[in-house]
Amino acid sequence: MTGTLAAIGAGLAVIGAGIGIGQIGGKSVEAIARQPEASGDIRGAMILMAAFVEGAALIAILLSIFFS
Amino acid sequence: MHKIAGVLLIFCLTVLSATSLAQNHSHDHHDNGHDHSHEQHVGDEHHADDHEGHHDNACGGHGDHGGEYDPKATAMHHISDANVYTILDAVRIPLPCILYAKDKGWDVFMSSKFEPGHHDNGHAAYNGYVLHEGAVKRVIAEEFPSEGQVHVGGFTHEKIEVDGKERSIGYVCYEGEKMQLEEKTVFDGGVLGGAITSFYDLSITKNVASMILILIIFFFIFRWIARAYQNGKGKAPRGIQSLLEPVILYIRDEVAIPFLGRDRYAKYMPLLLSIFFFILGLNLWGQVPFLGGTNVTGSLTVTMVLAILVFLIVNFSGNKHYWQHILWMPGVPVAVKPLLAVIELMSMFIKPLTLMLRLAGNITAGHIAILSFIGLIFIFGDSGQNMTGGTVGSVLSVALTLFMMAIELIVAFIQAYVFTILSASYIGAAIEEHH
Repeated sequence: MTGTLAAIGAGLAVIGAGIGIGQIGGKSVEAIARQPEASGDIRGAMILMAAFVEGAALIAILLSIFFS
Repeated sequence: MHKIAGVLLIFCLTVLSATSLAQNHSHDHHDNGHDHSHEQHVGDEHHADDHEGHHDNACGGHGDHGGEYDPKATAMHHISDANVYTILDAVRIPLPCILYAKDKGWDVFMSSKFEPGHHDNGHAAYNGYVLHEGAVKRVIAEEFPSEGQVHVGGFTHEKIEVDGKERSIGYVCYEGEKMQLEEKTVFDGGVLGGAITSFYDLSITKNVASMILILIIFFFIFRWIARAYQNGKGKAPRGIQSLLEPVILYIRDEVAIPFLGRDRYAKYMPLLLSIFFFILGLNLWGQVPFLGGTNVTGSLTVTMVLAILVFLIVNFSGNKHYWQHILWMPGVPVAVKPLLAVIELMSMFIKPLTLMLRLAGNITAGHIAILSFIGLIFIFGDSGQNMTGGTVGSVLSVALTLFMMAIELIVAFIQAYVFTILSASYIGAAIEEHH
């Protein structure tokens, strides 16, 4: 039972991270389209932010592994 | 036209290799003497397996895999570290085992003493240690000979329930008796129910060997590049120098200078470049099919050491303002200051923790995805019973595996870059002057 709950929790965490990374990616592509000359900076910031969002999801997944 | 032919050739080769892998594995999971219908696939190695099977039955043990294909166990076996470097289940390069037990002292020998065979199980025990699925384990039973080399039968395991959790206990068969093995140490160090072994394994394992290999390769490449810069000032870069120069310049101009500042970046450049190339090299080496197959950057121990290094460097190079922002945040009401200090102290440890988890998680997830897609062959093919399903599964799994490998190639670069850029940003935040 706990295993199932943990799996559901991991899935929820991934949904959250997916929404977050999707927002980051979409917005930064919009920004690059608007200002192509700033694409280098935007790409750097995009990867950095995506990494932060991913970090939160990874903590959730690790906790779900621990509690399963 | 040329390109299409090349792609087709690669595709065919992959299908062939996947099929041969399938056969390999289908007899993998019948190696316990339950089913001998696949004997035609194998050469001399199978005799040893038959041998193993008989012992198994003599022990009255349950089959190691029960004839069923277990995707989880297979994936875990393939991503874990081993004391023998196996290439395609055919070539086994022995590696040195350095073991220390409090009651026994040091044991240093090559892992060929275990006579590793199929599935990286050792056919022999040495000084009371056995090789089970690539990992050195110690036999608990006291009647087991603790000196010298003895031949053992197969391995079995039983599932028992401890505190509501299913745990599997391994046994080795020796002279018809089942002897219990110590469980492998798990990364939680026993806190959350894992086991702790009674010996320290300081061996040069597969992962350590890959690390040493990558370090040697990169040492010579970078020595060569450095000499090329010394000798040919003002000349155009040549060879591998022109491949790596843009990468080094990218790390300097896009990572180091923006985060660390133009006047202070030079001190941290060696660290950032080492982190980047170490991670990148091992990521890529882990993706070489068959030959590499090591999961170095995907193992938490390796990334933990990297993260601890970054943590120490960040906190030792932190200046007055950095500590002030952590312990007594300026510019906020006094009532909020202790609360912020707690949060900042937590984030001080969470930063390296996520650094560790991100790299290991990404690389391991990619490897598990590939192994699961390859596992489709056995699931569809019913472990070699269903030819049609196996064929469909092979085609499907080759396409998915190629797709996944392409993604993993991107991930290898991105994760190396992310680790570097995050380290740079943490160090940058620590050495920032007051503004």
